[in-house]
Amino acid sequence: MTTVATPRPEAIGATASTDNYLTYTRGFLSWALTLDHKRIGVMYMGAVLTSFFVGGVFALLLRTELLTPGRTICSAEAYNQFFTLHGAIMVFLVIIPSIPAALGNFVLPIMLGAKDVAFPRLNLFSLYLWIGGACFTLYSLAAGGFDTGWTFYTPYSTTTTTGGVIPVLTGVFILGFSSIFTGLNFIVTVHKLRPPGMTWFRMPLFLWALYATAIIQVLATPVLAITLSLLIVERLLNIGIFNPSMGGDPVLYQHFFWFYSHPAVYIMIVPAMGIISEIISVHAHRQIFGYRFIAFSSIAIAMFSFIVWGHHMFTSGQSGLMNTIFSLISFSVAIPSAVKTFNWVMTLYKGTISLTAPMMYALSFIFLFTIGGLTGIHLATLNTDVHLHDTYFVVAHFHYVMMGSALIGMIGGLHHWWPKMTGRMYNERMAVIACVIIFVGFNITFFTQFMLGSQGMPRRYYDYQPEFQIYHVISTIGAYIMAVGFGTCAVCLAQSLMAGGRKAPMNPWGGRSLEWQCSSPPPHDNFSSPPTVGNCYDYSMLRWDEREQGYVVDKKLEEAAIEAESRSHS
Amino acid sequence: MSHATMDPKDGQAGHAGHAGHAGHDHHASAEHAKYPFLAHHFDTPAQQFDSAKLGMWLFLATEVLFFGALFVAYAVLRSRFPEVFTYASHYLDTIMGGINTCVLILSSLTMALGVYFAQRGKRIALIVCLWLTMAGAAGFLVIKYFEYSHKIHENLVWGPSFYIPPHDAIGEIEAQDLAHAPAPAPAAVAPPTDSAAQAIVMVGNKPAVDASVIKPAQSGPSGLGAGAVNPASAVTHDVIPRDIPADHLEDPKMPPNTHMFFAIYYAMTGLHGIHVVIGMVVIGILIYRATRGDFGPNYYTPVDLVGLYWHIVDLVWIFLFPLFYLIH
Repeated sequence: MTTVATPRPEAIGATASTDNYLTYTRGFLSWALTLDHKRIGVMYMGAVLTSFFVGGVFALLLRTELLTPGRTICSAEAYNQFFTLHGAIMVFLVIIPSIPAALGNFVLPIMLGAKDVAFPRLNLFSLYLWIGGACFTLYSLAAGGFDTGWTFYTPYSTTTTTGGVIPVLTGVFILGFSSIFTGLNFIVTVHKLRPPGMTWFRMPLFLWALYATAIIQVLATPVLAITLSLLIVERLLNIGIFNPSMGGDPVLYQHFFWFYSHPAVYIMIVPAMGIISEIISVHAHRQIFGYRFIAFSSIAIAMFSFIVWGHHMFTSGQSGLMNTIFSLISFSVAIPSAVKTFNWVMTLYKGTISLTAPMMYALSFIFLFTIGGLTGIHLATLNTDVHLHDTYFVVAHFHYVMMGSALIGMIGGLHHWWPKMTGRMYNERMAVIACVIIFVGFNITFFTQFMLGSQGMPRRYYDYQPEFQIYHVISTIGAYIMAVGFGTCAVCLAQSLMAGGRKAPMNPWGGRSLEWQCSSPPPHDNFSSPPTVGNCYDYSMLRWDEREQGYVVDKKLEEAAIEAESRSHS
Repeated sequence: MSHATMDPKDGQAGHAGHAGHAGHDHHASAEHAKYPFLAHHFDTPAQQFDSAKLGMWLFLATEVLFFGALFVAYAVLRSRFPEVFTYASHYLDTIMGGINTCVLILSSLTMALGVYFAQRGKRIALIVCLWLTMAGAAGFLVIKYFEYSHKIHENLVWGPSFYIPPHDAIGEIEAQDLAHAPAPAPAAVAPPTDSAAQAIVMVGNKPAVDASVIKPAQSGPSGLGAGAVNPASAVTHDVIPRDIPADHLEDPKMPPNTHMFFAIYYAMTGLHGIHVVIGMVVIGILIYRATRGDFGPNYYTPVDLVGLYWHIVDLVWIFLFPLFYLIH
């Protein structure tokens, strides 16, 4: 069986194919009404990165406020709004849609060998839902802001006098449906649009990760939707289901909220893990180690994610028995996570590692995720959690996982697929430098917070004891360094789009999954002819081509590979 | 507008532009020429139908979880205030709820028949079935409207308004209308006495133990943050009312927190009602498209999908009815 598609002649050489999705049609409406998953993915990416900038600005503001005890730049009320907005924007507008909706939308159908997602109109609709949700969130600022924290805990969220609570709840409700429809689309696409030859176990691991994520999106998000609706009704009509003074139960709110929001952290991390599986294998030029284990561990994490939510409520008056059970199940999440980490490290072992920008992000991911994951075990332990609950230790932990892992994975994936998305190569050295700055800044910011939290500094506080100040100062400096890093990264990527940027070859990194078999940027229909599907992690037939400045399939190596495959079958 | 538009035919045209590349594509284009409804990224009508169906089932799964949270809230409240639920359920009109249940089940039948006729290309029968389904949905909402307005009139509502005497409310309305209104007649607002409840009481002096009442746990974990079990709530069966007075506030046996029953009642039936309204909208679209002649043996996907949706709306009600109306 031939496992390779010959590169199309027009994709080789300095001129990119004229038939690409970016230039296929022109004009504002051709983008606003597009049903092309690639354009929708690119628009999502633009929207997510814009929100990331806004959320980042709030992060810098609140870190600046924490430079000194007491007032530094703003009042306590403004500070409460800053951290709430930072959290809400980063969670609901940035991280949750970042990988599935932005990168996933672009990559999933191409990787799968499909022309589009199963429901292109629903896909566009979910983009507009995202925009609608973002508008409501922005409007909430005009309506008086909100200071509930991104968790909207009752009874504070139902009694606070800040006027933006109902708009932001509506916004998050709408964003939830955007997420649901993306997940629904992906599940159906993976089930029904696989071309002949694309069996489940030939799917790249990123698709397994997106599939696992989609399951969580579809099954967990409705619970958030109804919970937020109940909050809205509570505020508008005083229905009392979460109001203790009327016989309602505020802890019930916490259960509902975390029933969604704990799975939601896996909506953030699992697709990032999928990206890392791709990057590690492609940029180490080595077959992924333990393919099936990584694939099933994604599904396992999705399943576990639904039965661990109680670990957010160890100190909320949950019964001892339930605490114990939730603690135990939370520990078990470490198993599939460790399976992945060990397999990545084994893939690197004896690989031919290229220290490209995506690889640097992937290595950062492994480092940061290990810290984030292991400190999660501290917090799943009942007796340590009683002390660490609601301290900066928790803040540091979830930033290591949500930012150091999920967002770093997203940025790594952005660098990995940037040549494919834009048809341009970025300045590799500058991108690597940006990655190093971000990595250093991140650790300065958040490792300090582990120390801060373990010494008892509570999260979300405006004021603090003077002895904590040194940690806060170090942490804030780290945040500024990170801002410089992200700025460098943005400049680097923007530069590649300027006139004179180097054109991307079809296969700049030496990947074998299907997206590297179509031109950069891909044509409107992804594949001019149905792709042939092979082992997407077998790199033995690729060689570097100087003229193309990318990897091409070598006929001799290909024959050798086919021969080796047939030998192994006989 | 460009190639990248909403119409599958446009997508097909764009697709045909590349058809020269491979035989497979040529075959796919033939399928697209044969079936105008086939979107460009599907190869066969069967693939498109299966995808749509799977998508709908996934959507129904989200609906189940959407309502699921409210069912959990119901369970938590009921296990916390079992006496409230058995007491307040008397205020619901079982006859009206029963009629509504029948109406919805019948509309599910007509919907299923609609799918059957769509598959066989019987256009008129399909349209009739869709109109009947629409009538069922409308009838359900009308009956629900009467139920709601009656309860709101009696101040059988959620929250603090529950404790405003209904007579005051009437007095206010009539104060505005003094010119042509006689003195308030309290008897006029008496709810229909529940003969079934009286019958149970007349059988024996000990109230019948309702098996459906979730008994509060006496020991072990309190779970779900329910807090300490109030020993008094274990003997709450005594408060099953022997007679329902006209004004619930005049009933000395009314357990505390009775308003919580109405909170969850309005939340759940209200959300269900919204789903019925959405159902009417999509059935209306189906009627429009069926009249236009869009559906036939080759293409009836939308009818099938709306049918699935309508069945789950029906199914939710089948759970809501006994959980609220049949627990006393």
